[in-house]
Amino acid sequence: MQRKLILSSPLLEITISRLCQELIENHQDFADSVIIGLQPRGIHFAKRIHQELEEITGKIIPFGFLDATFYRDDFRRRELVKAKETKIFFVIENKRVILIDDVLATGRMVRSALDAMTAFGRPEKVELCVLIDRIYNRDLPINADYVGKKVNTLDTEKVLVELQEQGHPLDRIWLITN
Amino acid sequence: MQKLSTRHLLGIKDLTPDDIELIMATAREFKEVINRPIKKVPSLRDVTIANVFFENSTRTRLSFELAQKRLSADTINFSASASSVKKGETLLDTVNNILAMKVDMIVMRHASPGAPHFLAKHIKANIINAGDGTHEHPTQALLDSFSIRERLGGDLTGKKIAIIGDILHSRVALSNILALKKQGAEVTLCGPATLIPRFITDLGVKVSHDVKQTLAWCDVANVLRIQLERQQIKYFPSLREYSLYFGINKKMLDDLNKEIIVMHPGPINRGIELSSDAADSHHSIILDQVENGVAVRMAVLYLLAGQN
Repeated sequence: MQRKLILSSPLLEITISRLCQELIENHQDFADSVIIGLQPRGIHFAKRIHQELEEITGKIIPFGFLDATFYRDDFRRRELVKAKETKIFFVIENKRVILIDDVLATGRMVRSALDAMTAFGRPEKVELCVLIDRIYNRDLPINADYVGKKVNTLDTEKVLVELQEQGHPLDRIWLITN
Repeated sequence: MQKLSTRHLLGIKDLTPDDIELIMATAREFKEVINRPIKKVPSLRDVTIANVFFENSTRTRLSFELAQKRLSADTINFSASASSVKKGETLLDTVNNILAMKVDMIVMRHASPGAPHFLAKHIKANIINAGDGTHEHPTQALLDSFSIRERLGGDLTGKKIAIIGDILHSRVALSNILALKKQGAEVTLCGPATLIPRFITDLGVKVSHDVKQTLAWCDVANVLRIQLERQQIKYFPSLREYSLYFGINKKMLDDLNKEIIVMHPGPINRGIELSSDAADSHHSIILDQVENGVAVRMAVLYLLAGQN
């Protein structure tokens, strides 16, 4: 097994700041915008973006997590995945939703999340922000609006995101080749 | 990922403590789902479930049906009173005919203990026991545990739970004893000596015949219905006498001067095992039990269906 470091501090902080600036460019004061992190691994990255956006704008931006396990398209076809907590205490009807995940690969998780989200209302617009975009791994016609870093990977490779919030000593993102 | 150690839910007896934790954790997420503006998820849209009830039921049947609908499963309902069972068809024939219509899961209630276990040996579909005679009623015990956890916060280790009433004829009692012991709770059974099975202490429970002492000891009192329909002989002189010795009213609960949770699996015989003022008091979580029943049954259906 080979590991290649693709992103770490301080470039990660710079990337997060850049994504925040891009989001501010499109959402200005976030008056009608909400942020939703995707379980299980997108929530830590989403929290960082949310925290930095609140610091820069000085506004309170609604923030929640969404678990799309019950909307997956591989139920009864693959191993069961344990459901995680969903916490959305606001209505997304007519809001501009920013979905945040750590890695975008096949796009299937995002598809389930789009489905899951409709249980909370009909948003005016939905955008997707990801830290890593595995550009040639897509199974579905889904793309991110804000991308931290694009990487060109094979199906057999894996992207491993290690953030301090998950109990790792350093923030590091690896490309793993078997 | 964890999955259940069993393909069927025949009884709590076959579940491991890890299975119970997985069901509880999944039910918590489904409880969040059924409180959303749109209460439905598409998980079981390619699953067909037959609800086969050879015995009457209101709550359990509605709760299962609602759980199935919330999971987008297709359901068919069958009740013995309006079927060919009356014409003498055997259980296995009846169920095989239902399965021939491409059914994936069976939810069954039957008056004979062991009926779902018998079916599990002969058919491929997943089976959920919704009550088999006086034996087990696993989903009721799971929803009782879920409701206690929700109210007390955290797990049941060391919690003191009393089960009061007709233990002898109650499938809810047996399933609850097994479930609570697997979660590390202390259990005391309380009722007239005639309604407490002999050797029940082998399951690691205590027995008391004094309802006041039991209430003073416990954090949770799960009060059971006197099952007159299953009693072929007189187990106590009169309902009035039972009510005097073992009935619970609000004054008894208030006099304890402590937090106590009162549960009842329903249907309540108001004024016999539980007075109306106690059943409707702030101590009671009877209606929470009903709400949680849907979430817990969704979890069980989801976890069993996900194994295929």
